[in-house]
Amino acid sequence: MHRRVVGTLSDDGSNRMNKQIKDWINKLMPLAALILVYLTFAIIAPPSFISLKNLELIVRQTTIVGIASLGMTLVIIGGGIDLSVGSIVALVTVAIAWLLMAGCSPLVAAFGGVLTGLLCGFINGALITRLKLVPFIITLGTLLVYRGCAKGLAHEQKIDAPLSWINELLAALKPEQGWMLVPGGVWLLVLLAICVALVLRYTRFGLYTFSIGSNEQASRLCGVPIEKVKLLIYSISGLFAGFAGLMQFSRLTVGDPTVASGLELDVIAAVVIGGGSLAGGEGSVLGTILGALIMTVIRSGCTQMGLSNWVQEIVTGIIIVVAVVLDRMRHSQKTQG
Amino acid sequence: MNEKKRLQLDNIKVRFGGTVALDGVEFSVAPGEIVALIGENGAGKSTLMKVLSGAVIPNEGSMTLDGKPFSPRNPEEARHRGIAMIYQELSLPATLTVQDNIFLGMELSKSCFGSNWILDRAKMHSAAETALKELGHEIPLNTLVRDLSISDQQLVEIARARAVGCEVLILDEPTSSITRQDVQRLFTLMRNLKAQGHSIIYISHFLEEVEEIADRFVVLRDGKTVGGGKIGETTRDEIVALMVGRQLTDLYPKSKHQFGETLLELTSLVGEARLRSASFQLRRGEVLGIFGLVGSGRTDLIRSIFGLDSIKSGEVKIGTYSGYATPTRRWSQGIGMVSEDRKGEGLATTRTIAENLVLSYPQSCETSGVFSPSKMLATANTWVEKLSVKCRTSEQNIGELSGGNQQKIALARLLHHGVDVLLLDEPTRGIDVGSKKQIYEQIDNLACSGKAVLMVSSYLPELLGTCDRIAVMNRGKLSEPKCIEELSEHSVMMEAIA
Repeated sequence: MHRRVVGTLSDDGSNRMNKQIKDWINKLMPLAALILVYLTFAIIAPPSFISLKNLELIVRQTTIVGIASLGMTLVIIGGGIDLSVGSIVALVTVAIAWLLMAGCSPLVAAFGGVLTGLLCGFINGALITRLKLVPFIITLGTLLVYRGCAKGLAHEQKIDAPLSWINELLAALKPEQGWMLVPGGVWLLVLLAICVALVLRYTRFGLYTFSIGSNEQASRLCGVPIEKVKLLIYSISGLFAGFAGLMQFSRLTVGDPTVASGLELDVIAAVVIGGGSLAGGEGSVLGTILGALIMTVIRSGCTQMGLSNWVQEIVTGIIIVVAVVLDRMRHSQKTQG
Repeated sequence: MNEKKRLQLDNIKVRFGGTVALDGVEFSVAPGEIVALIGENGAGKSTLMKVLSGAVIPNEGSMTLDGKPFSPRNPEEARHRGIAMIYQELSLPATLTVQDNIFLGMELSKSCFGSNWILDRAKMHSAAETALKELGHEIPLNTLVRDLSISDQQLVEIARARAVGCEVLILDEPTSSITRQDVQRLFTLMRNLKAQGHSIIYISHFLEEVEEIADRFVVLRDGKTVGGGKIGETTRDEIVALMVGRQLTDLYPKSKHQFGETLLELTSLVGEARLRSASFQLRRGEVLGIFGLVGSGRTDLIRSIFGLDSIKSGEVKIGTYSGYATPTRRWSQGIGMVSEDRKGEGLATTRTIAENLVLSYPQSCETSGVFSPSKMLATANTWVEKLSVKCRTSEQNIGELSGGNQQKIALARLLHHGVDVLLLDEPTRGIDVGSKKQIYEQIDNLACSGKAVLMVSSYLPELLGTCDRIAVMNRGKLSEPKCIEELSEHSVMMEAIA
């Protein structure tokens, strides 16, 4: 049912206060959900669940999905979708392993891997803006293309690579590294998250991203350079998938062309749980990160309780649907004033 | 009030949270009567219609239909009881055929092995044919709705209502986007329905049309019924005074404009679709009106000038620039546009007032390359105040505002950008009289301050009231602009339909 207040509202103080409080409640919803899920497992799961070590593990396990979902946040706010991120991650791990085997230094290999991601994203963006096809179709195509490239480059098997500092990015900290609190990869996630949040709020590009997602025609009318903005959005998504691939490689220590299959769905789920709307124009970095954490907490809790993978999948699936239903409900409240 | 009423509403009140949308509405309609419901945007007409169609449930008050209590909980129930709503923005599924649309939601079926989920297409075909014939029109039943004109779609909606035996029809602004001939066709149809004893509630901004078709009128203001009466016993001025709560003296403020150099020049411009030829010169300080019926190519003209549609041949010259340019380039050449389609193209309705306002010119809110949200809000607040836009805060989503206030922001975007040439496509469509007056005033101010305005409209009185010259678009061809003194309503209309 579609209810909207027709007419204008007076600017009385209490109304505004209420609105501000409501806005805050809306923003804190994903946080409340995260706390709720965490507390639930804290009660029903074995005590090891609340240990610091497990907390650190949760944070580390969130990193890959978290980084990729930052790019996806931009894509979804802009009214698009990127189904190719899982394949890009796999291609990046293969590229890094291949470069290491070819004798490159770890820095060059890492750089090359991330650039591969950026290139993939750029190709997505270029195809979407040049061919004027919906992103779902283009990225569904490139999902297969990039996966195929990864398999071809790796001759359909894992590429072993020598250990290097890359593998420490997402490994548990050694005792003498205690000052870092969490591994470098997690810090990278935090840093990138802050960057994206700032870009969304304090740049023209951020404003354009929201406006294109809300109404592309209106943005075109306003002279927003839609093609350029979209190209940038998908390139950034690819770049972040590149960083996610670097983290994936760090965890695997090998280049695996079959890894991260279906990762794009987790990434999209994180954005959606965090309040992103697939219709575009809505979403936030904080929400996305919380969404990614919620999914890891569920996984971790289920593992600690010795529940099988299928239970985790059912629980995660339910959470996604519930999150979107709640989001819809709070939206209809919002439009009712 | 001793005559028999079909539908009667008493003291209807609707609140949304802390907002009172309807505050005691009295309304009735008798069989065989056409009642016009008028009021400014935001007066509560749409909410009242939603109450009648079951989309909103009132907090207080009572409704009776044919003497029985009536309190629909959803649109299906209202339809079942015989009330059909035909919205301004038609809501037919565009890729279904006319026949499927007429029966959508109440398909006829044949029983087969005790179940009834097999469609009886033959029966529906003949019933649809009868329904359309009853309305005196023939539309091939297998046409897809998206291929129909808006007025034909309206017919399908009405046929759809008649096919289930709805006897109370609510038409929301049915004439706002159809041509003059189609309006007459619709009115004939309404008179037929009335003669058959149906009740029609007619919502419109066009008082001329109300006077032509309605028996009675009811005026809403601020959610209340403020008056009503028989058509013919009340003057137009009195009705307008009831609507706005004040006497609207001069709707069209017109000062003497000083013309300067040519800012926009078109030389036999031909577009891709409807536009076949257009030439004119628009000078500084001038308001040039383009009149044309829907589908005549007037919107195509504006879109081609602004770079939204491509150009086949001919030339657009803006100042020293000539040739095609993208909308982005057009803005930087000092030209801005307000679209006729507020929701679809004019505004990003899920974003805030402030963002919509500065979207074409976010550079104005930047300090050394960094976009400043607080500067954006400050800018927006100035404009909100200047144009007296009614809103809670400029951080409010623009979709929550009434049409008139949305339109003020759409225009404010151009003012804020400081463009020299303004292309306004139907700038007052679907907005209330008060906002209209303000927009006319703005247009006049702009011309006085040396801007050039190109205004497209299908409402002739406003063009005659605001423009210096008027050109007529007829089947893609634009006539030579003529000075307003040489024109009359009659002559312009003749040219448009010739």
